[in-house]
Amino acid sequence: MSTEALSPSNVMEAETKQKDVMRVENLTYTYPGAPKPSLHGINLPIRRNKITALIGPSGCGKSTLLRAMNRIHDLYPGNRYEGRILLSNPEETAMEDILELKKENDLIRLRQRVGMIFQKPTPFPMTIFENVAYGLKLSGMKNKSDIEERVVAALQGSAIWNETKDRLNDSAMGLSGGQQQRLCIARAVALKPEVLLFDEPTSALDPISTGAIEELISELKKEVSIAIVTHNMQQASRLSDYTAFMYIGDLIEYNKTSKIFLNPDQKLTEDYITGRFG
Amino acid sequence: MNRLMLNRLILLLSTASAVIGIGFLLWILTTLVFKGISSTHLSTFTHDLVNGGIRNLIVGQFTMALLATLIAVPLGVMAGIYLREYSQSPKLAATLRNLSDVMMSAPSIVIGVFVYALFVDPFGGYNGWAGSIALAIMMVPIIIGTTDNMLALVPKELREAGIALGGSKHKIILQIVLRAAKVGITTGILLSFARIIGETAPLLFTSANNQFFTMDMSGQFPSLTVSIYNLATYPDAASQDLAWAASFILTVIVLIINLGGRYLTRHKH
Repeated sequence: MSTEALSPSNVMEAETKQKDVMRVENLTYTYPGAPKPSLHGINLPIRRNKITALIGPSGCGKSTLLRAMNRIHDLYPGNRYEGRILLSNPEETAMEDILELKKENDLIRLRQRVGMIFQKPTPFPMTIFENVAYGLKLSGMKNKSDIEERVVAALQGSAIWNETKDRLNDSAMGLSGGQQQRLCIARAVALKPEVLLFDEPTSALDPISTGAIEELISELKKEVSIAIVTHNMQQASRLSDYTAFMYIGDLIEYNKTSKIFLNPDQKLTEDYITGRFG
Repeated sequence: MNRLMLNRLILLLSTASAVIGIGFLLWILTTLVFKGISSTHLSTFTHDLVNGGIRNLIVGQFTMALLATLIAVPLGVMAGIYLREYSQSPKLAATLRNLSDVMMSAPSIVIGVFVYALFVDPFGGYNGWAGSIALAIMMVPIIIGTTDNMLALVPKELREAGIALGGSKHKIILQIVLRAAKVGITTGILLSFARIIGETAPLLFTSANNQFFTMDMSGQFPSLTVSIYNLATYPDAASQDLAWAASFILTVIVLIINLGGRYLTRHKH
């Protein structure tokens, strides 16, 4: 019997690995050319198959944190990361530090595993079908019937199949804002990512579209772990299992959503939740 | 009372200015249309210059302009992509943009002389290639400017969305960003084509002119604009009539291309 397998640290490692799909450790992030960091030593777990909400006033760094988790910041050279962002790998036991990735190909693979949905719907100037198939083709899929199968499944899984099945070859620009956003979700879901990052996905949408997107997001957590940045407190409390409250680049409090909203430990959190500032 | 008077005075002055400006334009156009139509016959299109027609001139002018477009479009679009998507030094990009703007307003005769020194003199005489190169030089800065501006209109979220789906930068630029800016860039190319098709100065000392039909670009090459310039200075009525006909046809061609460009812009989606 191997003593190693039972050592307490290994057991703990295995347990947290099961629970966390991602873990941000001591992350300090500086924008290109900025004199001071925008995030200071953030620690945050992203739990597997749960929804983690990031809330806080404008400029608190919640989007900055989210955008570090798929390294999309690297589109603009000259920024600085310190600390670690660990991502669990289904094929290996140890988590890997995504801040170690340097080659463009590694970053591309990371973004296939960690998808992102933006504030404004961003359909590509092509047909509805091509929009969803685009990521699959980028990932190297060539077989047409495989692609078609994945596209249909993604559209169905993103609750937009009924509205689009008869017009798959129409331009995606003709869809309504809410439909476009669901199409963007389908596009990300088609790649079967492990994590989906939502950056204020409903702030440009009307209440009915917002409802549809929220329903979709809670449906999606069966398949994928989710982090969502939102300005809307009700949205965070309705949707999420865990909530992190951030303020001027610091993570003030992280806990179960019910705890954060009903009985927060920090005065600052309570003030923000109750609308005393923000 | 004083204010009312001033108001009326300004109204009168600006109306008068508008009438004078538009009046001259109408004068030019009506003269051109009347003289042009009365001088244009079917034989104008079927004969070459040597026989009193402009067939070889139209073909020659379009050949040089199309070749110029083939040279200028890849250069201009790629330079525009560099400026907007790849350049990492704002200073260098600003300098290049300024240089390109200066090039756009460079007198066309200067470009003609420059090409003469580089591609006519050393090669033993006027040739069509040199004419195309001169026209291409005129086109490149216009295309750089449009590409740069049209790419700037593509929201950065679209690029980020492509990257977030696992695209590499060059694929996203070629397959998404360029596609989103396609209509604007095409319009710009069309308008720059309309601009160069009517140029004379860059061709005067490069392609010069040819009375006969030819597709051999290594010799003097037929040009509609240079012919208008020559014909208009001849004393005989036949030459002058042909100059009017050629001017009229050139104007109609430019007008059609311009309208095409506007149509594209208006029916973007």
